[in-house]
Amino acid sequence: MGEFLNDWGLSIPTFLPIIGAAVMLLIPKDREQLHKLIALATTLAVAVFGLLLLIQFIDNDNYGALNFVVDKGWIDVIDARYIMGVDGISLPLMLLTMLIVPLCVIYSWNHFPEPHNPKAFLMLLLILETGMIGTFAAQDLILFFVFFEVVLLPMYFMIGVWGGENRRYAAIKFFLFTLFGSALMLVSFLALYFLADASTFDMRLLPEAAAGIAKSSQVWVFGGMFLGFGIKVPMFPFHTWLPDAHTEAPTVGSVILAAVLLKLGTYGFVRIAIPILPEAAAEWAPFIGLLAVIGIIYGALGCLAQRDLKRLVAFSSVAHMGFVMLGIATLTDFGINAAVFGMVAHGLITGMLFFLAGSVKERYHTLDMSRLGGLLVQAPRMGWILGFCAMASLGLPGLAGFWGEFPAILASYNPAEVLAEETFRSYMVIAALGTVLAAGYLLWMLQKTAFGTPREEFANDPHVRDATVSEYLAWAPLLILILVLGVYPHLLFGATDPAVVNSLSECLDSVTSGTCFDAAAGK
Amino acid sequence: MLSSLPSIVGFVRPDIDWHAVAPELTLLGVGAVVTLLDIVLLERGRAYTSALAGIGLLVALIPIVTLAADGTTREMFGGAFVVDDFALILKAMFIVVAYIVVLLSTNYIAEGDYWENEYYGLLLASVMGMVLMASARDLVTIFVALELLSIPAYLMAAWRKADPRSNEAGLKYYLMGVFASAIMLYGMSLLFGLAGDTRLSVISDAVSTGDANPVVILGIIFVIVGFAFKVSGFPFHTWAPDTYEGAPTPVTAFLAVASKAAGFVALMQLVHAGFPGRDDVYQPLLWILAVGSMTAGNLIALRQENIVRLMAYSGVSQAGFMLAPLAVAGDIGGEALSAVIIYVLIYAAMNLGAFAVIIAVARRTASGEIRSYAGLFKYAPGMTILMTIFLFSLAGIPPLGGWFAKFAVFRAVVEADTGWGYSLAAIAAVNSVIALFYYAKVARMMWFEDAPEEADTSSLRVPPSLIAALGLTAAATLLFGIYPAAITHFTEGTLIALPY
Repeated sequence: MGEFLNDWGLSIPTFLPIIGAAVMLLIPKDREQLHKLIALATTLAVAVFGLLLLIQFIDNDNYGALNFVVDKGWIDVIDARYIMGVDGISLPLMLLTMLIVPLCVIYSWNHFPEPHNPKAFLMLLLILETGMIGTFAAQDLILFFVFFEVVLLPMYFMIGVWGGENRRYAAIKFFLFTLFGSALMLVSFLALYFLADASTFDMRLLPEAAAGIAKSSQVWVFGGMFLGFGIKVPMFPFHTWLPDAHTEAPTVGSVILAAVLLKLGTYGFVRIAIPILPEAAAEWAPFIGLLAVIGIIYGALGCLAQRDLKRLVAFSSVAHMGFVMLGIATLTDFGINAAVFGMVAHGLITGMLFFLAGSVKERYHTLDMSRLGGLLVQAPRMGWILGFCAMASLGLPGLAGFWGEFPAILASYNPAEVLAEETFRSYMVIAALGTVLAAGYLLWMLQKTAFGTPREEFANDPHVRDATVSEYLAWAPLLILILVLGVYPHLLFGATDPAVVNSLSECLDSVTSGTCFDAAAGK
Repeated sequence: MLSSLPSIVGFVRPDIDWHAVAPELTLLGVGAVVTLLDIVLLERGRAYTSALAGIGLLVALIPIVTLAADGTTREMFGGAFVVDDFALILKAMFIVVAYIVVLLSTNYIAEGDYWENEYYGLLLASVMGMVLMASARDLVTIFVALELLSIPAYLMAAWRKADPRSNEAGLKYYLMGVFASAIMLYGMSLLFGLAGDTRLSVISDAVSTGDANPVVILGIIFVIVGFAFKVSGFPFHTWAPDTYEGAPTPVTAFLAVASKAAGFVALMQLVHAGFPGRDDVYQPLLWILAVGSMTAGNLIALRQENIVRLMAYSGVSQAGFMLAPLAVAGDIGGEALSAVIIYVLIYAAMNLGAFAVIIAVARRTASGEIRSYAGLFKYAPGMTILMTIFLFSLAGIPPLGGWFAKFAVFRAVVEADTGWGYSLAAIAAVNSVIALFYYAKVARMMWFEDAPEEADTSSLRVPPSLIAALGLTAAATLLFGIYPAAITHFTEGTLIALPY
């Protein structure tokens, strides 16, 4: 079994969804039940595979290095190879993806958004899953780029066909913003290939090979990647696509967007930009930190100005991703661990909040918070779940959200030695203010929607019922994980820490002790 | 008597390698048979010509395969006609493209009640010019090949002779084409005057030494500008939209893919074999052409309402991408050619596919308006998915073929490691985003909008020849994207055999 997983463990779950989609393509559109079953079976199979990977990963007990490495020729003439592998940084994010997608299938089982068509919807979802898993598994820049882009088309169609009223605008905006970043990112990858000592796209070799690049070139190359990943995160001031995309996307689209797609950007920083170009990262870090804290405050203020529940959650994403980016910008293993935790926690919590927003919309046919109210009266269980998620999102200790935010703030008290302490300590103060604002808008949201008595127009509306079976099934795993990770964060930190330390210490060959950023300071 | 002839006229028949010219001769033979069939059978011949032309093209592939298997570089006429890897890849491409154009034409020409036998005869003649172009390493041969491929195309553009727009298409194409030829000939005469020979290898030696003198500069500029017309690069693209719109759509596909590719073949040979030492002259010129084409083509395409005009301007922009590697050819040498060939091959697959869908949909809507694609997903989902694949491939979205074409271009210009190269890469990156906008506009129409009330939304019937063309192009588009080695396998290494 171990042998099999080591060879095929990553290729099978990556391409299984696309095979499922191909099978669905051959089945006529009107056999809806069959389509749903195929999609569910495929995504569950992927999830089970993910579980096997996890067991084997723990068994290998080598969290810091890449596991399940596959290295095969792909496009020889440009030295792009088919290299897959996961370590403690990518595995949690990959498992998150494998968990979220089947939950999305279950959630949408009986309520596909207009214009219905489960066949096309589920096929897009499966293609999306291939792209997301592949991105986290790829260890070759070109392979990474291809998977990174594969997610664009399905999401574009998901927003554009099944979205809300303003869907056309939101869909193309999402696509254009991301494509702009990734085009420049590709140019950076190529520059890296030609400038580095070894002509390779292999992410495992590049940290060493790129060390010889002149610092001025490094800063430019990093700039291209910064745009590519920063737009995807999204960082202020590139965040404007996000509220539109989230608001217009169908529920499942929003969940995937929040839970996984945004992580592709932050993951890119952690996996590619910083380990390969540490010196340039040190130059850029204060600037990234600044944009991160602006994002935290701006996102929070944006939330306070919203009337629409879904848009509020979208802006809260901007703020939360700001914490993640702040953790990354400190360039310490502590901060990056916090960032990876923050990614997973945000995926679970904000994914849940979007599920809830979708369910509220389905019952009330509106997300206008001035018309909502009394959810705890009409649908008490759903109201409590919303309260639980709001608490998790504002960073209540004991729930997952806390371990994303608090260590990020703490890390910026003591950033890497090359960075100016004063700058990051002032960022820390601003970020801490952001948590207060977060409590403000989330409690305000809860007050508006869950507390009080229902409005007259909905008081006797038979549509407003409590959570259904498919909703429970879809939500339970997320809620449990939010609690478990909150109580016992070591589950995740234990896996990420060796990998983070490893990726930071590998980045400069000459380092004898500590992280490369401490060594760079001595130069 | 005959044996004394050479001593009288001083002419010795050069050795002819019949194997090397077999593809050209096959095309000539099939073209002649098609024309003869017309004379003998008259109207009764109509039933066979399309099939005969298609089979003839496939037969012409056989000597190409045997030549490739043989692998040696063959030269004739003192190096004016060369068969090397470069020539063979492009000859094969031209013939396959022509075969797909025959598939596209079959129903269109027959149902439109146009002259059929002459149509296929002209098509084969034009393809012969292109196939010859791939081997031409001499100014006169290049010029003859260019005229051989152009003149039949002028006629084909005006094939719908009852329609004034088709006449306009043909006339515009003809006038601009002749104008470009004149400019090019003038440039060629300057180069010949300097080198005293028409062979590119000799010209290369003559122009490369010392500083560039004004005659060399003018000669190079005129020749390149002449071909810039052919590839519809900005600002010499003005004929393209009107010609594309007015010409029969299969002919448009032929012009947009094969004729454009032939222009690039000539440019590659000129740049790489003709004046490799004069990169100080041709690089800035091609840089400007590349940037102008991709930017202007894109910006004008944004405002188009007609799908064929949109494809015309998108073709201008794509030409800019294909010119980009040539703008750094002096710095990276043969890599630039590989990038252009990769782009041309992938572009051929995806662009022909898009035109196949346009032809199939126009059979129903009888309209080229982008608005007429509204709601296509509801009544022709298969066609919609195919068109989506082709459009997003043209936009360069992985894992569809176009991404690798764009990638090859980016790779080439970044490899140059110069300010010109990096700025070109950045401009190309921005342009690939702009391009997405108009390709997505068509996709949006098909997927997101509802068909108008009065439209006929029964399911679409597509003739088998079109289905075959769609299948071939879609398979190629996907294959090149997922497994690019399928294409790089042929474009590796030294492609053009230089005599020194």
